Amino acid sequence: MASQREIRRRIASVRNIKQITRAMQFVAASKLKRAQDATLAARPYSDKLDEVLADVAAVLGGEEHPLLAQRDGGRRCLVVFTTDRPLAGALNANLVRFAAREIVEHPGDLAVVAVGRKGRDALRRMRVPIAAFFLNFGDRPAFADVLPLARLITDDYLSGTYGRVDLVFPRFISTLTQRPELEQLLPVQPSDDTAGIPGNQFIFEPSPGAVLEQLLPRYVATRLYQAVLESAASEQSSRMVAMKNATENAADLIEDLTLTYNKVRQANITREMIEIASGAQAL
Amino acid sequence: MPIRLDIVTPERLAFSDDVDEVVCPGVEGELGILPHHAPLLTTLGLGELRIRKGGEVDAFAIAGGFLQVRPDRVVVMAETAELGSEIDLERARHAREEAERTLEATYLEPADLARARAGLQKALLRIRVAERHRREGPRHHG
Repeated sequence: MASQREIRRRIASVRNIKQITRAMQFVAASKLKRAQDATLAARPYSDKLDEVLADVAAVLGGEEHPLLAQRDGGRRCLVVFTTDRPLAGALNANLVRFAAREIVEHPGDLAVVAVGRKGRDALRRMRVPIAAFFLNFGDRPAFADVLPLARLITDDYLSGTYGRVDLVFPRFISTLTQRPELEQLLPVQPSDDTAGIPGNQFIFEPSPGAVLEQLLPRYVATRLYQAVLESAASEQSSRMVAMKNATENAADLIEDLTLTYNKVRQANITREMIEIASGAQAL
Repeated sequence: MPIRLDIVTPERLAFSDDVDEVVCPGVEGELGILPHHAPLLTTLGLGELRIRKGGEVDAFAIAGGFLQVRPDRVVVMAETAELGSEIDLERARHAREEAERTLEATYLEPADLARARAGLQKALLRIRVAERHRREGPRHHG
């Protein structure tokens, strides 16, 4: 059995760890609140954009713009969203596993654009070709931050480098649940024109084509921004839960170690008593 | 009868209220929307969006957006939308100086030139909207 001093040292170190995980838990909780608010605040814009796109597409039909036209073949691009920083529970592992399964199930010409350091590193180890990576979107991503990413993907799609672009990101469902999801980004698939009034009743200024021309790049950027926001909210909630578990485990461990420490101490005292008693007897 | 106006940006819902008139910076000139306007979908340029409610006028500096007029509401989707009172005038002035300095350079890549010009225009717009707000506050019409 370990000595008293060793056990005491272990208790102290577990206690330190517990303090750190606890602090991380609280930091993640407050960042989660902000990330969640940001995700919700971004929803009206993207809903409206969806609606307008549906209105325009209803008037124009499908093939009016290269970003809308379905293509055959061509290299597929997966945009994979993970976190930059570790200690976010199983979030990154689940996401990378999901992306890897997608890659294995649909073999073919493929490249990955990695958003987040963890996903980039993990996929690189699996020898998946990384075409580009984007890091440091941070805790409060701004819309302008995703524009370079949007431009890169759109340009590569228009130049024919990619025939299709999909997003793989952790959908924030609740604090306890984040599910990896795959979403097609390009070619853009307008939703059905169901909301409000039919598209053909609108006056388009200057023309439906001109509106579409402006609309599509923003639509692409908005979808990417949403994935970044979902990913940020998922990161904070996953980290919060992971750190909460770690804190509880540390508390359990401290309890066990304290019990062992007391037993060892009692055994030592008993042994010394016996030694003294038998020493006195020998005299 | 008032019009319901929503101004949304990718980051937030910037405005949502009943108003009497909206004047938007359309790509082909200013565009006034009054109640019972026909359904309309158009692109907006960089400029000042004015809202009249009762006798008060408020102004937003908006960039890169769309206007959708529906029977029940008017929706403005803009990349950025800042209320006159929200604009940091110091920062806008600083951005203008920076853009002007860049434009003074003898040679610029076309992309840099375009970026500097866009930055200058945006800074000038923000200064205009913010200064007017400071001077007049929410304006009152007789």
